[in-house]
Amino acid sequence: MSTDHTKAPRKVQASPIIRMEGIHKVYGEGNTRVHALRGVDIVVNQGEFVAVMGPSGSGKSTCMNIVGCLDVPSKGSYQFSGVEVGELSHEELAMLRRHYLGFVFQSFNLIARTDALGNVELPLIYKGVSARDRKRLALQSLKDVGLLERADHTPAQLSGGQQQRVAIARALVTSPRLLLADEPTGNLDTTTSEEIMRLMRELNQERNLTIMMVTHEPETASHADRVLIFVDGELVQDGPPSEVLATDGGYR
Amino acid sequence: MAMSAIARNKVRSLLTSLGIIIGVGSVIAMIHLGQAASQSVTDSITSLGSNLLMVRPERSKRGLDGRRKWPEDLDMDDVQAIRSGIKGITVAGTNAVSTNIGYGTASRAGEVTGSNEDFLSVGGWKLATGRNFSSAEVNRGALVCILGQTVVKDLYVDREPLGSTMRMGRTSCQVIGVLESKGESFGRDQDDTVIMPFKAVQRRFIGRDSVSIIMITVDDEAKTDSVKRSLKLLLRTRRGLADREEDDFVINDMKEVANALKQVTFALTALLGAIAAISLLVGGIGIMNIMLVSVTERTREIGVRLAIGATAKDVQWQFLIEASMLSALGGVIGITLGVGGTRLATHFLELPFVLSPEAIFASFGFSALIGVVFGFVPARKAAQLNPIEALRHE
Repeated sequence: MSTDHTKAPRKVQASPIIRMEGIHKVYGEGNTRVHALRGVDIVVNQGEFVAVMGPSGSGKSTCMNIVGCLDVPSKGSYQFSGVEVGELSHEELAMLRRHYLGFVFQSFNLIARTDALGNVELPLIYKGVSARDRKRLALQSLKDVGLLERADHTPAQLSGGQQQRVAIARALVTSPRLLLADEPTGNLDTTTSEEIMRLMRELNQERNLTIMMVTHEPETASHADRVLIFVDGELVQDGPPSEVLATDGGYR
Repeated sequence: MAMSAIARNKVRSLLTSLGIIIGVGSVIAMIHLGQAASQSVTDSITSLGSNLLMVRPERSKRGLDGRRKWPEDLDMDDVQAIRSGIKGITVAGTNAVSTNIGYGTASRAGEVTGSNEDFLSVGGWKLATGRNFSSAEVNRGALVCILGQTVVKDLYVDREPLGSTMRMGRTSCQVIGVLESKGESFGRDQDDTVIMPFKAVQRRFIGRDSVSIIMITVDDEAKTDSVKRSLKLLLRTRRGLADREEDDFVINDMKEVANALKQVTFALTALLGAIAAISLLVGGIGIMNIMLVSVTERTREIGVRLAIGATAKDVQWQFLIEASMLSALGGVIGITLGVGGTRLATHFLELPFVLSPEAIFASFGFSALIGVVFGFVPARKAAQLNPIEALRHE
């Protein structure tokens, strides 16, 4: 794997970490044309814990993909830590992802039949970290999520909650500036969900880690500092959970 | 990383490589068997003697009048004429008879060859014990003989042959030497032989002065062709052939025979190797097939890898390396099986075994190359996946 510490972006400023202005995203052509985002403006600062809600097709996933540098906007400006993402090549986007972003998914997405340690080491391989440092960092990361003694377990030998912890350890092992979580508790029971949310809250507070999390559940969203609600490709509400969830807990 | 993906699916990896294993195995086996056969031919011919020309009368021939005529036998005068007429050669005229041979209570059928004291050097024989005929013994047709190893083994078992008197038809002769073993040549046991002075065989068994084969070695190998020309001229003159008449004798050059046979075995080896190579191609397609399935099956994994920072190139390399390792692994196993199988086969077929490093390196390289070629399409497919769709893939 290529080592590219030298190619890190020129100007990574302290804040804001996300600045979106007039973002539009259009998929397809002619009759199958879908206008997924219609002029979204968001600013997220370092250390914020943001929950993103909205019905399916509201554009929240598209927005997350753009934030996560997996996709680029059709129109508008997205600056990640001051870097204009729309101008970047595929390689540069991949480089941003492996240095500054961590991903956690609803279905954990661990590599099957590979132990927890191997899964956590994976992003470091792409980052070009030496085998010895990889192991040290991965073990530290597993320790941070409380799974050090399960390092040699494969995903099949772990419970859902444990798998999600491994996934979080994998997302954090590169010390990202932004953690993106796509319904991280969607496949978990209430107790386990609570545990995962507590872990994320801790990470947010202790490390000043910025988190952006898509969720369907108001209880999960209530752990965040701030809740965004999308409807029909537009951002319709943006505020602390106490306000947003009280007025529109039932956008569905 | 590619290694761990292969290790994760051991059975499938093995089955995927099976095509390559069989392909490489059969190519290796064909080439080695072919070389063994060709080596066996070469050995057989060199054991007959190198630089060897063999002259014998043609069996039957049509004369100028179109009637079938029987060519005259060669005789000792021809041998003398050749010996004195052509320089730089060693000549041994031979005749042969089948008769009963025995010693003590043992006895069986055997072949007795009559010749002169030059027969050993011309035929490429060495004495194990004892001595060659003296020219006096040859000239007077003394009843002495030299035995091949098989005859010694069969008739003497553990007894000492040298100096003993052996029964030979209704006569008997004294053993003065034993030959070193030469082994088989074209399925015939060369060691099953008894050699006597030419005149002894002629007087005691044949009764005529005919020579069945004249064996000639050329001292300087480079002069073989000119010797052959002189020989031909000399024999034509002696046999009184008219200009337009064809030769009624044959001169066999063992080198030519060896080369012809080598060419045949080489062509056969190449043909069999080419057929085996087709199975390599099939094996490559098998790998491509499984890699394509694997890309589809692992779409989500690819999505995750892309999301956590792998570039399209990283993913492409991963699948390319996986495919190459699968086929290289198959190549190694195939080489092992092919060499092992040939080893076994040559042992049972009693052929010489010659290891061919070129064939091994070439087929290993070729199998790895097949991985690259047939892994390219699946790897590109993986690299071109859209990370968002790959992550959403069920």
